Amino acid sequence: MTEDRQVVIIGSGPAGLTAAIYAARAQLNPLVIEGEPSSTSDQPGGQLMLTTEVENFPGFVQGIMGPELMGALREQAARFGTDYVTAKVSRVDLSARPFGLWVGDPDAAEPTYAARALIVATGAKSLMLGLPNEERLLGYGVSTCATCDGFFFRGHEIAVVGGGDSAIEEALFLTRFADKVFLIHRRGELRASKVMQQRAHDNPKVEFVWHSQVIDVHGDTKVSGIRLRNLETGDEFELGVTGLFVAIGHQPNTDLFKGQLDMEDSGYLRTVGSTTYTNVEGVFASGDVQDHRYRQAITAAGSGCAAAIDAERWLEDQAASGH
Amino acid sequence: MSEKITNLTDASFDEHVKASDVPVLVDFWAEWCGPCKMIAPVLEEIAEEQAGKVEVVKLNIDDNLDVTRRFDVMSIPTLILFKDGEPAMRIVGAKGKGQLLQELSAHL
Repeated sequence: MTEDRQVVIIGSGPAGLTAAIYAARAQLNPLVIEGEPSSTSDQPGGQLMLTTEVENFPGFVQGIMGPELMGALREQAARFGTDYVTAKVSRVDLSARPFGLWVGDPDAAEPTYAARALIVATGAKSLMLGLPNEERLLGYGVSTCATCDGFFFRGHEIAVVGGGDSAIEEALFLTRFADKVFLIHRRGELRASKVMQQRAHDNPKVEFVWHSQVIDVHGDTKVSGIRLRNLETGDEFELGVTGLFVAIGHQPNTDLFKGQLDMEDSGYLRTVGSTTYTNVEGVFASGDVQDHRYRQAITAAGSGCAAAIDAERWLEDQAASGH
Repeated sequence: MSEKITNLTDASFDEHVKASDVPVLVDFWAEWCGPCKMIAPVLEEIAEEQAGKVEVVKLNIDDNLDVTRRFDVMSIPTLILFKDGEPAMRIVGAKGKGQLLQELSAHL
């Protein structure tokens, strides 16, 4: 049986849950399809579930733990009448309204949900390096979750790849456990915010490896070292680390919408002007899935709010015109 | 927590896993691990629904480093399925219920 809903929100990061708070307060009884457990950022609560202290979300003087913030947003949306389902959407049909959404078997004849308005807030997932041995050694020294796995590297020498805020945050977190953290970056300077850069420079356990790229991961049953190439000289060299943490950026979770929603070559959804409108009327996009520029929890939340307001007004206009 | 899920320790682990009549699924976890918390309710459901086919137990890695090191656990959550006291399958990282059941079904 297909369940009819006014507003369905796919995704439960800051964008999806803020959209839920606003849509719920507009008495639209939104359904949030929140995703499934995972050790990557593609999970209920989104990227903040894998972080520790969030220091730049306005209103929290002393900072707040990422999972705690997401738990609070989820409860706040529930208080005003948001329903949740812990699942992944396996297929969407945006060719006709109401939109069809499938959970579970994508080949089922009837969609699981029919949505009058849809807010896409599926966010972005971590990129991996794409090396042959990287996937094989995932969980055996290669990690996408410093907060999950840092503990196992007490007294070890490890490497973090990346140059943005999340790479620095992981490197600094890992210094609690590791004796030394090599921070490997392709360029000669960091992309990260000044305050994070300063902390990394000030930490005696962090050693920068500039202009370098990881080209292989060694190890039979667990990581025993990595091979790097200096991008300026072409020289190759080894680092005898036992852990490799990858934080080289994100890609939007938009596979589900290929061929149905306009997107950039990079996969980010296109929105119209300063609104959250997509090319399909009644489908709104918010958060990191359509933002490759700011990618902050607070900008995602702001964009989720905008999507809920856009959806509410659009539904009102539809009702007024007799649809 | 479900009554079906026992908390094992370094001291109780070997005897418990060897003595079981059914395969034992060990959940290596810790308080500070977000993805571990997320799969905890899924494991409770599996423990209830698959009772008699598999026994689900938990091992807190902070308190039980011997067993954790012995099985080279370097990432949590890690689930290891023991058959006749020997590891038969390992799942690293949090996964949804459907996928966990699918990976388990081949071994039960």
